[in-house]
Amino acid sequence: MTRRKHWAWFLLFTGPLLIIFLTVVIVPFIVGSFYSFFQWDGISANPKVFTGFENYIKLLDDPRFMESAWATVKFTIFSVISVNVVGLTFALFVTSKLKISNTARTMFFMPYLIGGLILGYIWQFVFSDVFKLIGEMTGLDSIFFNWLLDQDFALYALVFVFTWQMAGYVMIIYITGLQGIPNDIIEASRIDGASTWQQLRKITFPLLMPAFTISLFLTLSQAFKIYDVNLSLTNGGPANATELFAMNIFNEIFGYGNYGYGQAKAIVFFIIVAVLALTQVYITKKREVEM
Amino acid sequence: MNKPGLYIREVLLFLLALLFLSPIYIVAVNSFKDRSALYENVLALPTQFNMEYYQRAMEKMNFMTALFNSLYITVISVIIIVILSSMTAWMLARTPHKISNVIFMLFIATMLIPFQTIMMPLMELMDTIMDTTGLQMLNTRGGLIFMHVGFNSAISVFLYHGFVKSIPISLEEAATIDGASKFGIFWRIIFPMLKPITVTVLIINVISIWNDYLLPSLTLTSTELRTIPLSTFYFFGEFTIQWNLAMAGLVLTIIPVIIFYSLAQKHIIKGIGEGAVK
Repeated sequence: MTRRKHWAWFLLFTGPLLIIFLTVVIVPFIVGSFYSFFQWDGISANPKVFTGFENYIKLLDDPRFMESAWATVKFTIFSVISVNVVGLTFALFVTSKLKISNTARTMFFMPYLIGGLILGYIWQFVFSDVFKLIGEMTGLDSIFFNWLLDQDFALYALVFVFTWQMAGYVMIIYITGLQGIPNDIIEASRIDGASTWQQLRKITFPLLMPAFTISLFLTLSQAFKIYDVNLSLTNGGPANATELFAMNIFNEIFGYGNYGYGQAKAIVFFIIVAVLALTQVYITKKREVEM
Repeated sequence: MNKPGLYIREVLLFLLALLFLSPIYIVAVNSFKDRSALYENVLALPTQFNMEYYQRAMEKMNFMTALFNSLYITVISVIIIVILSSMTAWMLARTPHKISNVIFMLFIATMLIPFQTIMMPLMELMDTIMDTTGLQMLNTRGGLIFMHVGFNSAISVFLYHGFVKSIPISLEEAATIDGASKFGIFWRIIFPMLKPITVTVLIINVISIWNDYLLPSLTLTSTELRTIPLSTFYFFGEFTIQWNLAMAGLVLTIIPVIIFYSLAQKHIIKGIGEGAVK
């Protein structure tokens, strides 16, 4: 086949998707970076004023943004730990030789399919009415009360619901990882008299490193970008205590009409996500061992 | 391990799974109760199966229209994604050239961009396209499908690309010698071989498009175009105080998911596992 003919086929196969991809992702990204240097209220008749790095400098002493950043960091750290601990525990449970394993696996995965917005509404009711009832019934009202009304606990409520959503998902990743560990290594260690904990620490966990890399990457980036659970569960409240990054950006742009400033926040948001995710992958990749 | 120990473990694991899904039980039982019964005890089973709230929730949410919109948008988007991203990934993987690498790296790199970073310029751009070409990009199902395809193409191309590289090239070469066109080779030989990864691509995309709230909320303004997450959002804005009605609405939104899950659970769990590890 001639070279020219090959490139014609190449264009025919890749062209349509490339055009869509460029229009939806690449061009808006470039235009967005550009907007972040302007002051603009989003009304096309109004002028866009070039202000250089002013938007970015303003970010540094915007207390609301800083509070939102801190809440996001706290949420992300707690979520990554909690999702992975619960997910890995589930995976260890359901890979044992129990008859109920398959059913349990299907049940643990279920919340992930329901979707963040709806999960948030379900839990809104659980926290406001069921938690209150359990607190009254058991007298444990220091644990079971409406978390969503408390400035500190509302963030943990978000962690709780996010864990409920994601644990089954990372469980699947850990199951895939666990199934890749050859049985004879485990058997051999058992014959050598290793305890269950020793087995986990010395054999299972090191060989699971690739699964850790993926699960941590996924939970880290998902937690950092969370929006829909945030919207339906707390809507940023009480008193802005749970207005996480993604919501803060949305409100800045579409709520207050600060298009340029909001876009500068959005670009910073991207840079943080990228740096965090790449650093985490770099660190965990280094710890992966060859079998 | 001894028998009774094993038995206790079975029961404990099952109880844990039941406890895990108890919020769904709570939503379901309260959707049948009237207000006073609901506040009497939120955990108790309903004494009568009152379907009244389902009927009202269906009307208020415009449920059948929302279900149709969600189905339509998800199915069409996913079909287009499968067709275009498999074709693109195959060409990129089979064309050893700098350009292919650059395009592929571009797809991968954009996976790190959060939606919030491009949502505002994207809406601006869609507006401009509408003004200059007359193409209805905003507030139409077609426009939303176009954007879903764009956002989900990176991960789909990535998955297909990895899979294509594992297929030996000799089959394609033999077909080329026999005079088959690229189109023929792809659709008759390659695409059927991609089936396992197509299942993964389908599932990942169905879940993300079906549950997406933010993109439809920005693009769709007409009430009659609302998808299920959108209509749930507006429904809750109005009815949070009437929890029994709200519960019925939530059950309605979960039913399609449960049907989908029970029909394809094996594929879903396997597809998610493979998609993550690749």
